[in-house]
Amino acid sequence: MIHVLNALLVIVLVMNLFTLGTSRILSVIRIVGTQGAVIGIIPLLMHEHLTIPSVVASAAAIILKSIVIPNIMVKALRDAEIKREIEPLIGFLPSILLGAAATAVSLLISNRMAMTEAHAATLIIATAIATVFIGFIILTTRVKALSQVLGYLMLENGIYIFSLLLVEAIPLVVEMGMLLDLFVSIFVISIITNHINQAFASMDTRNLSSLKE
Amino acid sequence: MMAYLLILLPLAAAALALAIPSNRLRPWLLPPIAATHTVLLGIVLARPELAKVSEELVLDPMGKVVLASISVLFLLCSFYSVGYLKYRDERSNRVFVACLLAFLGLISLVAWSHHLGLMWVAIEGTTLVSAPLIYFKHSKLSIEATWKYLLVGSVGIALALLGTFFLAYSSMRNGMEATLALSDLLARGPSLSKRWLHASFILLLVGYGTKMGLAPMHTWKPDAYGEAPGVVGAILAGGVTSGAFLALTRAYQICVASGEGAFSSRLLMFMGLFSIAVAGLFMIGQKDFKRMLAYSSVEHMGILALGLGIGGPALFATVLHVVTNSMTKGALFLSAGNIHRSFASKNTDTVSGAIRRLPLSGSIFLAGFLAITGSPPFGPFISEFGILNGAFSSGHFLAAGLFLFFLLVVFIGMGRTVLKVTQGEVPENLAETSYKDDFLMAAPTLAFLLIALILGLYIPEPARQLLADAAALLENRL
Repeated sequence: MIHVLNALLVIVLVMNLFTLGTSRILSVIRIVGTQGAVIGIIPLLMHEHLTIPSVVASAAAIILKSIVIPNIMVKALRDAEIKREIEPLIGFLPSILLGAAATAVSLLISNRMAMTEAHAATLIIATAIATVFIGFIILTTRVKALSQVLGYLMLENGIYIFSLLLVEAIPLVVEMGMLLDLFVSIFVISIITNHINQAFASMDTRNLSSLKE
Repeated sequence: MMAYLLILLPLAAAALALAIPSNRLRPWLLPPIAATHTVLLGIVLARPELAKVSEELVLDPMGKVVLASISVLFLLCSFYSVGYLKYRDERSNRVFVACLLAFLGLISLVAWSHHLGLMWVAIEGTTLVSAPLIYFKHSKLSIEATWKYLLVGSVGIALALLGTFFLAYSSMRNGMEATLALSDLLARGPSLSKRWLHASFILLLVGYGTKMGLAPMHTWKPDAYGEAPGVVGAILAGGVTSGAFLALTRAYQICVASGEGAFSSRLLMFMGLFSIAVAGLFMIGQKDFKRMLAYSSVEHMGILALGLGIGGPALFATVLHVVTNSMTKGALFLSAGNIHRSFASKNTDTVSGAIRRLPLSGSIFLAGFLAITGSPPFGPFISEFGILNGAFSSGHFLAAGLFLFFLLVVFIGMGRTVLKVTQGEVPENLAETSYKDDFLMAAPTLAFLLIALILGLYIPEPARQLLADAAALLENRL
């Protein structure tokens, strides 16, 4: 069981790096969506037998993260008529290197940080922290509104992975994470697709720079 | 029972507001709901046995102080909103009124919750319902402000959630299950994993600090406060920020309980002083007087963080500062809104002579400036002086010196802008606008200033006791 679990987590880590190097926004949506499906399987593998909280966690993640939100994002992308992230603040190669460094650091520190033997044997803490870091990198270095939201979704994926450590003791943690997802979908629908695009005829957040000192 | 009423009544009223068809009558829903909220809260304050519903819903002294100041703030703002929305009746206020009411319900939940997960959900809710408030003017600039508010705010919220999870994980020791109940976490204090607690406190400080607007996570604040209507600015600067500060004090309490108070104090003092310094820097030469107020809010959040960091002798004044800051910010933001409407500008290049054009709002704005910068005899003087005194008496001489110096910078920077706005002649070529100070918009503004003044002159004994209890609670001595 634990080998399958760690294999899935390695896939998540690889997807992180892949996202950092991809400029086509549609591909990034697909990768983040697939990542959502992969981490949706993880709760089913964490324990010897299935428990209700883990099944709920799994179903919620798969439905929201890999079906609902990617569809909203694809629709927003089509409405906005953009394809690529053209000029990120940090180039694609340097950001991959940065992401790889973040992954390495999280792998190094996480073993010492685990609170129980069982957690130390898995890559959960390392993957969670690395995914949060890489989501943060995307969020801060891309300029298209949609790319920033994708970075945010990735950051949430990391938080979701971490919440799986707590799901048995505090069943509501996963639902709390899901609220974040809902939050972001509402703000994607209402703000980006309707208003920024209408008012500025583009979704480049560099247009949003009138308010400054 | 009372807890549910305080939380659910405004939420139900929000749903009702969505259903009321008349744009003219809808805002009149705000004052009665706000007044009921204040009265109900008064009953809870008078009868301590009502302040605990379950392990998760407890209104402790700190929650009481925060919720009481927000309730009064909201009450006065609700009257002002009626006047404001009458003035803006060409636009639908359906979402605006509903979001204001929902905000009151959610912030009550923040104050009551003794479960850090529940608290986080409520704070996330307040962020979500305040976004349409900032967007009310539907201009290009307000879209930009809302976008930044949501993007920066949601990252803050995500980090706060991760911090909350880290905190829960730190309690998984000696075979114990993870928990997020405040009482459990405080009881297990010394056995919490230090590493995870440190990481958690940093994330919570950054996350809830973003919501408070501590530098360097304050970037959304000048934009949001600058573009939002004045009344929204008052509620954000006096209400949302106090709620986020309350969340931060919970993290502080847990750190103190686990013997890591020194760690959290250092960070808080650093962030506090840094915020005050950044605010002072950006206030110098600030031409937009609403953005100036936003930086003033950054400064006062810094003062709260600094006071909490100093701890011990400064805590009473810090808790008092939560109240004095919200009341003075109410006076400042509402009068700034009036001036903005009367001059149809918020830039000091076109706005001058506000005292001549709007004698009441102009004078309140000037007096509010004196109050917020800590001039006697207003309330903020007492609380800021108390924090300074606490810093000296606990041996933080460097922090106290820097604090005094930055306050001086803020006074000079803010003073220049405020004097430009209020003094001098009204520019001759300025078009007349339809706005005149009327009762609904001037009276609440004056009331805020009077409360700030009274707090500086005399604090009634029960209130003093409540503040002292809250200060004791922060160090887990209650």
